[in-house]
Amino acid sequence: MMNDPFARIRPWFSGASLLWPVLGLLTLLVFNAIYAPGFFRLELRDGHLYGTLVDILNQGSKVMLLAIGMTLIIATGGVDLSVGSLMAIAGAVAAVLVTQAALPFAAIVGTTLALTAIAGTANGLLVAAVGIQPIIATLILMVAGRGIAMLITDGQIITFEHAPLVFVGNGHLFALPFTVTLVLLTLGVTSLATRKTAIGLFLESVGDNEKAARYCGINTTLVKVVVYAFSGLCAGVAGLIATSNIKAADSSRVGEMMELDAIFAVVVGGTALTGGRFTLVGSIVGALLIQTLTTTMYNLGVPPAVAPVPKAIVIVAVCLLQSEKFRQQITSWFGRRQA
Amino acid sequence: MSEPLLNVRNVTKAFGGVKALDGVGLTLRPGEIHALMGENGAGKSTLIKVLTGVYTPDDGAMQFDGRVIAPRSTREAEAIGISTVYQEVNLVPTLSIADNILLGRQPTRFGFLRKKAIKQRAEVALARLGLKLDVSLPLNACSMAEQQLVAIARALDIQAKLLILDEPTSSLDEREVEFLFGVLRRLRDQGMALLFVTHFLDQVYAITDRITVLRNGAFVGDFAAADLPRLKLIGAMLGRNFEELESADSDPSPAITEKRATFLEAQELGKRGVMDNVSLSIAPGEVVGLSGLLGSGRTETAKMLFGVLPPDRGSLSIAGQRTSIRSPRQAIRLGLAFCSEDRKSEGIIPHLSVRENMILAMQASRGPLRLLARSEQDQIAAHYIRALNIKTASAETPIMNLSGGNQQKVMLARWLAMQPKLIILDEPTRGIDVGAKAEIEKLVHSLRAQGMAVIFISSDIEEVVRTCERVVVLRDRRKIAELSGAEVQPNRIMNVIAHHDE
Repeated sequence: MMNDPFARIRPWFSGASLLWPVLGLLTLLVFNAIYAPGFFRLELRDGHLYGTLVDILNQGSKVMLLAIGMTLIIATGGVDLSVGSLMAIAGAVAAVLVTQAALPFAAIVGTTLALTAIAGTANGLLVAAVGIQPIIATLILMVAGRGIAMLITDGQIITFEHAPLVFVGNGHLFALPFTVTLVLLTLGVTSLATRKTAIGLFLESVGDNEKAARYCGINTTLVKVVVYAFSGLCAGVAGLIATSNIKAADSSRVGEMMELDAIFAVVVGGTALTGGRFTLVGSIVGALLIQTLTTTMYNLGVPPAVAPVPKAIVIVAVCLLQSEKFRQQITSWFGRRQA
Repeated sequence: MSEPLLNVRNVTKAFGGVKALDGVGLTLRPGEIHALMGENGAGKSTLIKVLTGVYTPDDGAMQFDGRVIAPRSTREAEAIGISTVYQEVNLVPTLSIADNILLGRQPTRFGFLRKKAIKQRAEVALARLGLKLDVSLPLNACSMAEQQLVAIARALDIQAKLLILDEPTSSLDEREVEFLFGVLRRLRDQGMALLFVTHFLDQVYAITDRITVLRNGAFVGDFAAADLPRLKLIGAMLGRNFEELESADSDPSPAITEKRATFLEAQELGKRGVMDNVSLSIAPGEVVGLSGLLGSGRTETAKMLFGVLPPDRGSLSIAGQRTSIRSPRQAIRLGLAFCSEDRKSEGIIPHLSVRENMILAMQASRGPLRLLARSEQDQIAAHYIRALNIKTASAETPIMNLSGGNQQKVMLARWLAMQPKLIILDEPTRGIDVGAKAEIEKLVHSLRAQGMAVIFISSDIEEVVRTCERVVVLRDRRKIAELSGAEVQPNRIMNVIAHHDE
């Protein structure tokens, strides 16, 4: 048969190709190994691991969580712009509850996440039942969400010292930041829920050819509403982390522009914006790529105002490499001698 | 007889070696309504696009109003005096009626639009149609029929001498068609030439003076409507000998009545703007064909039954139970399956594998949580790949990499795996090679033997006759006859399509 030296590992990268985001991430790490001494240094203090790599995981956790929800939405051919604002709502609700209500922490978390999931459901209904384009439907909550958060906090920045809520974004578990556990847990549950049931297949069918999926008897409306609700849930968790990080509910800043980072992470990770095949692991790699890039630039002293430029270049490069057509073009430039 | 306004001679147009038009001619006189007829792929739309400058012909000559013309764009064609109204009105829905009528030609002063003049000219154009509308209303406030008329008014404003109407009546109801025809006659009497494309035979005879028939890109003939009997017209469109059709026995033999428990019975189903009226019943182990020309309502009937286009009148019962089907999900639950003719947009999930495409309907009916075991999925895929002789590299190949015929077989496998009680096959053999065609016909016979009910839709009449024991004949969105047993003959079917109301 074919003489393919990569035949064994190829399936790992097939479907939505994981190869390019992984290569991009490795390139960045190699760059840091050369130019940023101490990048890979890890230190164990009080049983907690510290170091730049740990920071990347910790700080990237919010985008990773958003990207998990966003992946499923993008798989159905949609997009959710409201996740950043939902983070602000989650932060506002949690901060108000911990400072003003004598509720058990589980009830506070439950209420917060239920509210963001309901907001996500509203997005889903606008998209699937009313038929508004996803970008517009979720833009509504993106704009209105911060206002809602402001209403909840009465326009104030609410600070808190509530130990369990502070733990969410700053605590450690198994030597690593607790946020890592949250990401792994969400990733694990979502992977199982999509791949060990038919949910993943339904998502891909709806995104790839919605009409055909409906003719097969798939309840396409329900599928869409569920993914938007789930994305709201993920945004809720990310919002709790962001608020906990700064021990305050800052409605105008929490999660700002993070919806775009999440979309970048998904696209860089290899899930096409047109919907269909998706890869959760790819999106995580994409989120890590973006966070590593941000940290790298911070370490190199690139002014924050300029930072988006190199970020944009990396994103364009990875997206181009994802494209089959572009790769064929490149190989046709360089690959003549092989033929 | 007046001088011809348009004289098209010997026009040829090929796309990548396939001749869409092969030496076609067309002659139109002023003050004449002329029908352009032909089945799918006859070359009607290509000819229109040549006339309106969308395509440049490879060969041939066109004379219009005494001059040789070779339009290179729609704009140029309009400037000469050839205007087109398409089936899907291509105007700007959010602009006002007046702006739509004068779009691109609005009178201006110092570069500013002269609103008053625009309004006036629009009103004049509408008045010529005998129409009074508030021209400042946005177009999307109008009904489809009014939008058609606005499109025609636009043609009038540019002083068109030839107006081409591409299926203008397909989304109109009877009353609206009548009004439109009144307008067309009026225009004809004003000396305009009209070229009218439609699939509705009754309408052709109601309004046209002459008929040009095309078939497979070739010119078949130019006839006076009064001298061309329906049967001859259909014969010309389908490429069958007129005498052969005529000789077929035309007295109906009594239908064979057999007592079998019906599975599905539809009575006078209809949906506004989709289908007028169709009744049919089918029993297990029966293959019923739906026959009729393009646009007669075959696919629409299937979609009404499957809940894609839920009917708004009539009654439906399944296995003796009165029911109404509002969605494909519900249809599937009742034991129906529908293999769409539009494989690409309504059938395959392109990036998913052959296996996933096959098990999708089955999985959907199990719900999302009870995932079919992978071993079971592999078994189903392997079974149908073997049973239907599907040529694919593996069950994991994305379905878009398969040929049309093999994709079609995967679609069949998807529904057969459900073991439906009734399967609706809409053009299951379209666009696939002869070998695969024969296999699909064989498959239908074996399904019948297994006791499945099959509704078989095909524009190939011979195929319908070979496959079906009973044929429901449709025309102009209604059922006009039902043939069974010995009556199921190609000639009979065509006779019925042609002669129903005579």
